[in-house]
Amino acid sequence: MATATTHSTGHSNGEVNYINEFKGLKSWLTSLDHKRIGLMYMISVLFFFLVGGIFAILLRLELFKPGAQFLTPDQYNQVMTYHGAIMVFMVIIPGIPAILGNFFLPIQIGAKDVAFPRLNLASWYIFMLGAFIAVATLFVGKVDTGWTFYTPYSIKTASAATMMVVAAFIMGMSSILTGLNFIVTVHKLRAPGMTMYRIPLFIWAIYSTAVLQILATPVLGITLMLLAMERTFGVGIFDPKLGGDPVLFQHFFWFYSHPAVYIMILPAMGVVSELIAAFSRKTIFGYTAIAYSSIGIAVVSFFVWGHHMFVSGQSEIAGIVFSFITMLVGVPTAIKMFNWLATLYKGNISFESPMLFALGFLFLFAIGGVTGIMLATIATDVHFHDTYFVVAHFHYVMVGGTLMALMGGFYYWFPKMFGKMYNETLARITFVLIFIGFNVTFFPQFILGAMGMPRRYFDYIPAYEYLNSISTVGSWLIASGFLLSLYVIVTGIRCGEKAPSNPWGAKTLEWQTSSPPPHMNFEVEPIVTAGPYEYK
Amino acid sequence: MSINSSDTNHSHSHDSHLAHHFKNAEHQFESAKQGIWLFMVTEILMFGGLFVGYSIFHAIYPKMFAEGASHLDWRLGFVNTLVLIFSSYTMAMSIHHLQKNEKSKAVLKLWLTVACGVIFMCIKAYEYSSKFHHGLFPGRYLDVAHVGAEAANLGMYYGFYFCMTGLHGIHVLIGMGLIVWLALRAQKGEFGENYFTPVEGVGIFWHIVDLIWIFLFPLLYLVG
Amino acid sequence: MPTAATDQAGQVDNLYSFLLISSFIACVILIGGMIFFTFKYKRKSLTAKSAYITHNTFLEFLWSFIPLVIFLIVFAWGWHIYHQMRTFPKDSLEIHLTGKQWSWEVNYKSGVKTANLVKVPINRDVKLILSSTDVIHSFYVPSFRIKQDAVPGRYTAVGFKANKLGDFHIFCTEYCGTQHSGMIGKLQVVTQAEYDSWLEEESKFSTLPIAQKGEKLFQIKACAGCHSVTDKTVKVGPTLFQKFATNRELADGTTVSVDENYVRESILSPNAKIAGGFKAGVMPSFQGQMSEDELSAIIEYIKSLK
Repeated sequence: MATATTHSTGHSNGEVNYINEFKGLKSWLTSLDHKRIGLMYMISVLFFFLVGGIFAILLRLELFKPGAQFLTPDQYNQVMTYHGAIMVFMVIIPGIPAILGNFFLPIQIGAKDVAFPRLNLASWYIFMLGAFIAVATLFVGKVDTGWTFYTPYSIKTASAATMMVVAAFIMGMSSILTGLNFIVTVHKLRAPGMTMYRIPLFIWAIYSTAVLQILATPVLGITLMLLAMERTFGVGIFDPKLGGDPVLFQHFFWFYSHPAVYIMILPAMGVVSELIAAFSRKTIFGYTAIAYSSIGIAVVSFFVWGHHMFVSGQSEIAGIVFSFITMLVGVPTAIKMFNWLATLYKGNISFESPMLFALGFLFLFAIGGVTGIMLATIATDVHFHDTYFVVAHFHYVMVGGTLMALMGGFYYWFPKMFGKMYNETLARITFVLIFIGFNVTFFPQFILGAMGMPRRYFDYIPAYEYLNSISTVGSWLIASGFLLSLYVIVTGIRCGEKAPSNPWGAKTLEWQTSSPPPHMNFEVEPIVTAGPYEYK
Repeated sequence: MSINSSDTNHSHSHDSHLAHHFKNAEHQFESAKQGIWLFMVTEILMFGGLFVGYSIFHAIYPKMFAEGASHLDWRLGFVNTLVLIFSSYTMAMSIHHLQKNEKSKAVLKLWLTVACGVIFMCIKAYEYSSKFHHGLFPGRYLDVAHVGAEAANLGMYYGFYFCMTGLHGIHVLIGMGLIVWLALRAQKGEFGENYFTPVEGVGIFWHIVDLIWIFLFPLLYLVG
Repeated sequence: MPTAATDQAGQVDNLYSFLLISSFIACVILIGGMIFFTFKYKRKSLTAKSAYITHNTFLEFLWSFIPLVIFLIVFAWGWHIYHQMRTFPKDSLEIHLTGKQWSWEVNYKSGVKTANLVKVPINRDVKLILSSTDVIHSFYVPSFRIKQDAVPGRYTAVGFKANKLGDFHIFCTEYCGTQHSGMIGKLQVVTQAEYDSWLEEESKFSTLPIAQKGEKLFQIKACAGCHSVTDKTVKVGPTLFQKFATNRELADGTTVSVDENYVRESILSPNAKIAGGFKAGVMPSFQGQMSEDELSAIIEYIKSLK
């Protein structure tokens, strides 16, 4: 895209933007502006991230040494459940789509808002209602089922599981409505000239995610509802004592939850595409390949759920078919990785903190990806299944992947969201802390898993002590990294320097409007004449 | 990206229903319709999960399911099916009348639709109470001795029965509420040939809810 | 990886080494390439032009096709080993394993029962038939690279042929509640002769004195997982040490004397009288799972805890 814009870049402080146009808490809580709703999601998700993080630190502290440290086994199981459930349902799934997607999807396609602003606000309230119920379970009985709610344990356990299931159902509804909103927005509200092949790759990723959200989440909803029925009425669908099939629950659950894994990672891939193009000042290599591989991953992800159940007693042939299809997911993922690498080639690369996070993503995701292949290979999976190898793998993909991209995207778009710059030096230090801390925490877990340490273990045999201690120390590094990021964000918002409208010299549409954007995003409706990454 | 200053002001006369981010009424209508259809996809998938569960257990326990179905009165289900099909017709007609600006006819058709919903729910309530009366509760609450059940896990059939019809019933109630709201708005003359998006949207919802019943009826009452 | 104690474990390890090496190469290409490019094309000035390359069909084909081929090789290899794992020779030694919260009950064909101890002869095909009485458990022997869920209401099976003598860990890998991580068993590989004599020794169980029989049952029925017997420590449930013939305060404030009938009731319907400081619904009922003889044996054993 040509660098020329019709905007004057240096706005005076008196400029009206979406933040200062209306004042007061009520104007936020009733706002239909997608940018404000994005920020509201940001605050809620950050809060839940903090809570989930505290649970994570508790887990690692308990596992510092074998034997009981300061938790009872039941408390450990509860902490483990809350860490998983909060991080999955309340942080990683809504993370990128609901914060960055809400804020930038309409701007990047040149729209004034999402298609259904009221529905968008309603999604936030529904999300908060679900989150509130989920947190409320902490005070009325607690949940110890693990975030997967496997039957029949979840039927038998005397805990607040029914309530947690209802909470997950409600948050799923919010996820569906957000996805639906995004799909219609992408289809109907693109600016003139913004063809499907000119939308930024971030939009392609969010779009594929939205498709997954509306296709997979209803099945989770009905599964959770049946589980609640099972607990209250003893219907016997999942309870073997009443002639039901507990493994059926796993089929239903993973039919949603495997696509959900891609709901978590696809948006991250989208963010990384943006970052790499912007900081290499180079057009993305293989735009169509990356766009279609997003869709490809989305489609194939519906047919791989059985790889979570290689040892559940499903038939040999089912295991083999699922192993085969899972291998196929590797191909579009590899395509993306190589395309990003090729984008760096002969670029003009700078190392601002967002780019560091993007490179960190590539590093961690490469490791997460190859270990994914080891888990997809059926014979090795039999050994690794439900061990710390799996724990390390999905943390590399979901934390290494999604949170790296979320942090990177957050720093990248920070100037646009708040009109201020953050402290770049401190931001780079946060990257170093998080990146090193992450590897120190989770790499030993691969080795623990290969040695055979099962997951969800409150206690372990002494042979695993050394690596577990290292892992715990790493978790402190990560925590300090995130606390420092919080400081960077807060000081950036409060007293950062004023940001220009396009500090990175990026080409996508959101950088063509002022920082922060006005209420309607653009003073004049943009007309698009070229693709998103035309760095010529 | 070059931004030309075209269409600089949006001060062209807004009609009251057009949100600022749409180009024109038709654009908004198309978007709303796409949204409602996507929502219907999620509804169908949600019921789809139940249908899959039903088929799996029907295959495992055909006798138990036959026994369960034998306690249901297919005639009541059949009447309900007719009632719902008729209500779909009245719903469609109301949109037809609105497009011709025939307000009072449209309002009448909307109230007729609501009336059908009421009949449906009354029959449903009668069925439920007679089930409860005979001890046919879902799951562990099923009164095996009272029913004289042959299959030990007959409660599962009634688990499915109440789950499926209950979820469907909730949808019917929501649909009725929405149609009452539409009827009141239509009475005030808020809809006409230029604007009937909510009626269209709720109409699609209502048709899908009817469609789901058309699948539920044979599965629960007839297949056995 | 822990010691490989079966031939199949060796095969799995070969595949794993192949995966490790090819993964390492892939990571070197990706991460190394990334680091190389970032330094080589480091920004020198903001105005410098970057190359304009949109795509290269040949390269893209290459890096889709080569991974695909590798994935397919790995898939076929994994399939081959998995197929062997799932094939059980006809003359396998069959042993029944039942998972319960939180122990493994092992039933040999000769009628011998053990808890958390699977003893097998070396170089003999063994087929374990798994089931569960309550929730899903998973039987995992890291040294054998085998794992199989034990699902309530159905049977699953897992097979192996050990080629090393020694003791190996059995872990439960499907989250099953409070003592999930304590559900650790021992798989002992011994010579055929030792195995035979051990079986014979164990079969004499029926002639043991009644209290010793009770002690054995106490292990097999996994009572020991929750109730301590050697001191006053409280595990999941109340300690039974020096408890017989004393008075006990119940959760509802009343007192009851711990006699034969109280112990019997507590085993068969544990929720009828809950000891003070404990919750209802934790202990499973043993109604229908114990004969009168077994009950008396356990009561005699609890009596003897002094």
